[in-house]
Amino acid sequence: MIKTFADWFVYEVLRIKQGSLAGEALDFFVYDSIKIFLLLTCIIYVVSILRTWLPPEKTRVFLSQKKSFTGNILASLIGVITPFCTCSAIPLFLGFIEAGVPLGVTFSFLVASPMVNEVAIILLIGMFGVKTAVIYVISGLLIAIVSGIVIGKMNVENLLEDFVRKNKGLKTLILPEMSFRDRLNYAKEYTIDILKKVMPYVLIGIGIGAFIHGYVPTEVLSKYVGGFKWYTVPLAILIGVPLYSNAAGVIPLVSVLTEKGVTIGTSLAFMMAVTGLSLPEFIILKKVMKTRLILIFAGIVSTGILLIGYLFNYLDYHKLLVK
Amino acid sequence: MKKVEILGSGCAKCKKLHQQTEEMIKKMGIEAQVEKVEDITKIMDYGVMMTPAIVVDGEVKAAGRIPGDDELKKMLS
Repeated sequence: MIKTFADWFVYEVLRIKQGSLAGEALDFFVYDSIKIFLLLTCIIYVVSILRTWLPPEKTRVFLSQKKSFTGNILASLIGVITPFCTCSAIPLFLGFIEAGVPLGVTFSFLVASPMVNEVAIILLIGMFGVKTAVIYVISGLLIAIVSGIVIGKMNVENLLEDFVRKNKGLKTLILPEMSFRDRLNYAKEYTIDILKKVMPYVLIGIGIGAFIHGYVPTEVLSKYVGGFKWYTVPLAILIGVPLYSNAAGVIPLVSVLTEKGVTIGTSLAFMMAVTGLSLPEFIILKKVMKTRLILIFAGIVSTGILLIGYLFNYLDYHKLLVK
Repeated sequence: MKKVEILGSGCAKCKKLHQQTEEMIKKMGIEAQVEKVEDITKIMDYGVMMTPAIVVDGEVKAAGRIPGDDELKKMLS
């Protein structure tokens, strides 16, 4: 149906010649933009309604009663539906630790939340297809869970700033129940808010994609960052960490890069490094933990991303990934 | 007189909630003292993990979101 609309709009309304390069690029642009816009609107709306039942003030009580392994898995999953911004990293971190949530479990949450969320999933489905979206979500969760477990095993609580450790003791906050109308209202406001933030990136990404599709030769990029050279994955991570962006900004960009010969493992590594590890977040975390712990955290997560990158490049190289 | 506190360390949404709360108070014609709380330890003491949050007479009414007009009115009355 969207396809029919895009065809009608481009070829009938704008009267662009069918089969021309410009016509096809525009058709692709209109179709993709509408498809992703509709998907984003519906899914974000539904997820935000569900989220009103799971505020972090509630989940931390629940997570503090879990053992480490189960706790890491649950924390990562809760991270997926909890919106994350660097500005709330500190209250979230402190809130979890103070409630007695183990450090490793807290880190699982901290890794999963910015890396895997509904916006990332929809953009991946829309721009890369379901298969890549599933690979990304599973790898992302795996990295979050394993990194958390490893940090938990390391006994590094002494690397937290003193006031964090002293402040332990559960302060329960019971928020007043929202009425269903309040929940719907919150979901509506949140959806509009996110769409406003995300859509410009999406449109630019699809636009460049539609343009580059026909005009920029593949060899340019793939000569340097494409193909199966050993250094592409670490390079993607090194470039990705200082870049500060969310999934909405980076996925459209990467979808353009893959078109031009950047391999799947390298793309995954880049997306995960940009979203999961960020310099501003490290600087903010410095308030609550010693630099050594930040380095350990960054090191473990980077290693995870590196392994995932190599794994998928390997699978791709040996044609073990089914299209 | 009611005491209203807006918790948040200076993010855009916190400012918006602050502004909306003051407007609502004016509209309702009630007497209330609005205070911005930016200190993270004070915010944590309320048990809030996501900002902005609104506290009326020492009780946290909402956290991590900006309440709609109707809801805000209920909280303040």
